[in-house]
Amino acid sequence: MSFRADAIANLFRGLFRLPDTLLGLLDGLLDRLRRRGLGDAPAAAVLLLPAVLILTAFILVPMGSTFYMSLFGGRHGMGAFVGAGNYLDAMGSRDFRQSLLVTVYYVLGVIPVSMALSFLIAWGLYRIEAFRGFLRSFYFLPYVTSAVAAAMVWLSLFNPQSGVVNLVLGSLGMDAQQWLLEPRGVLHLMSGGAVPASWGPSLALTCIILFDVWHGCGFMIVVFLAGLSAISRELEEAARIDGAEGWRMLWHVILPLLSPTIFFLLIVGVIKAFQAFNSFYALTQGGSMADTQNLILYIYAQFYRYGYWGYAAAVAALLMLAIVILTVIQWRVIERRVHYQ
Amino acid sequence: MKARRVLLYLVLALGALAAVYPFLWMVGTAFKTLSEANTASLRLFPETWQWGNIAETFRAAPFGRYFLNSLVVSALVCVFVCLTSLMAGYAFARLRFPGRGILFAVTLCSMMVPFEAVFVPNFVLITRLGWYNSYFALIVPWCANAFSIFLMRQAFMSLPEEYYDAARVDGCGHLRFLFRIGVPLVKPMLVTVALFSFLGSYNALLWPLIVTADESMRVVQVGLTSFYSDAGTRLNLLMCASTVVILPTVVLYFLAQRHYVESALGSGIKG
Repeated sequence: MSFRADAIANLFRGLFRLPDTLLGLLDGLLDRLRRRGLGDAPAAAVLLLPAVLILTAFILVPMGSTFYMSLFGGRHGMGAFVGAGNYLDAMGSRDFRQSLLVTVYYVLGVIPVSMALSFLIAWGLYRIEAFRGFLRSFYFLPYVTSAVAAAMVWLSLFNPQSGVVNLVLGSLGMDAQQWLLEPRGVLHLMSGGAVPASWGPSLALTCIILFDVWHGCGFMIVVFLAGLSAISRELEEAARIDGAEGWRMLWHVILPLLSPTIFFLLIVGVIKAFQAFNSFYALTQGGSMADTQNLILYIYAQFYRYGYWGYAAAVAALLMLAIVILTVIQWRVIERRVHYQ
Repeated sequence: MKARRVLLYLVLALGALAAVYPFLWMVGTAFKTLSEANTASLRLFPETWQWGNIAETFRAAPFGRYFLNSLVVSALVCVFVCLTSLMAGYAFARLRFPGRGILFAVTLCSMMVPFEAVFVPNFVLITRLGWYNSYFALIVPWCANAFSIFLMRQAFMSLPEEYYDAARVDGCGHLRFLFRIGVPLVKPMLVTVALFSFLGSYNALLWPLIVTADESMRVVQVGLTSFYSDAGTRLNLLMCASTVVILPTVVLYFLAQRHYVESALGSGIKG
């Protein structure tokens, strides 16, 4: 009995040492190469190979091949060479321009609203002592949950017939709305019809924007809170002694000191907003209603539903270009105004 | 002053309630009877909890299979991301080799390109490799990402030089140092990387939607969207399914909350 236990223990010890032995062997090999004057290069090659291989195969090369594929026509494959044909088609397509507009509305809605709201909540959390961590964990919760599952809940809450939202509106004596099924403009509905229905984002798109504000705020709140906590107390005290109070303190002391955080969230937020897909897909049931089809959903539909591979690649290339240009512009223009401590 | 403090707490508590209300409603509705779920009411929780709804949901669609797929895919992605970013992060932080600066710059640049913008050629590549509708398609493209590499590099750079020197004197090579001594030292960041790669993979939708066709290969997110069109009218079951899909991530979140916060902070310290 004890013999068998020993054997098993030995076996396990051996198995446990196996990776160590292998690593030791590899290290010995690398060490011999190093002594031949190759320095750390062989070790670096071994360590970097897997990551570089995957990033090259699935991000870097595809960047190039997206442009390459965009030069060909055909369906479910690459057909004849059409040069800039796909790009010209996109420029002439109403649906493409509409999806671009939807994307712009979405970015212009989500970014300012969620940044302002997150900052105010973080500022509030920063000023309380008790329950800070407790409340923060609730605000962060939506961010970790699946957007698809959360969207199912929103679809039910905003259901025109049986949803809680219309129920509450009704009990307050207000009109029920179609919410996510409403293609008419939110400005049109709010102004009682004074603004044409086709102007501005539709009510459905506004609901998607609200959803993503709710879903994404947690991340921004936590980052803002970290930024606020990093501001030195002495600096704040000094400003207070100099007579800065309340809003003046916020505007002239806190916000400038926080500008690196704001800048970071802006860059990350804009990139993320341009690639929004899950919320759009789940809240519209993968629908292709023009008023809620953003660029990614448009690319997806052209590729997956209609099989225009080259055309989808062309629109994707335009999207990539737009993101890179926007990021560079933000970097160039705003970084100059960022105050680093 | 005191009144303002109370007001501040009140506003913050209301905001937190707004953040979690949809989840409370979801759980409440998940365990109502169908007729109770379909009547619009402000009653959050059911009159009697219908625990049988869980079994009913798993009968209505193969969620067991979806879960298995999701867990296998996310767990493997998580393990591989940890490995690749540990190795690459260590190399970028500690090794001197020609082309390091350029290679690192290129890696950072790939952070700017969203996967959503390059999925067309990736789909072509996956089908050429014969990986369409397989675990390979769901796992391999996600096994490395620039952000995790960046985070691990930061972690290794913040370790004191003495560790490396001591190990070197004892004749410990790079690989053994990395896996035997380095891993425990950078564990907090590693847990963060692991959590986020797991979550990212578990919550992904676009890529699984494109590269899987059979029901047996569906992951939970895809399964849930198709469940909506099949069983959207059975509101209680839909909410039950959503609850089940969200549950693992919420449990993980409350178990490892500290790491989530740290990771958000880590991403705030750029450069």
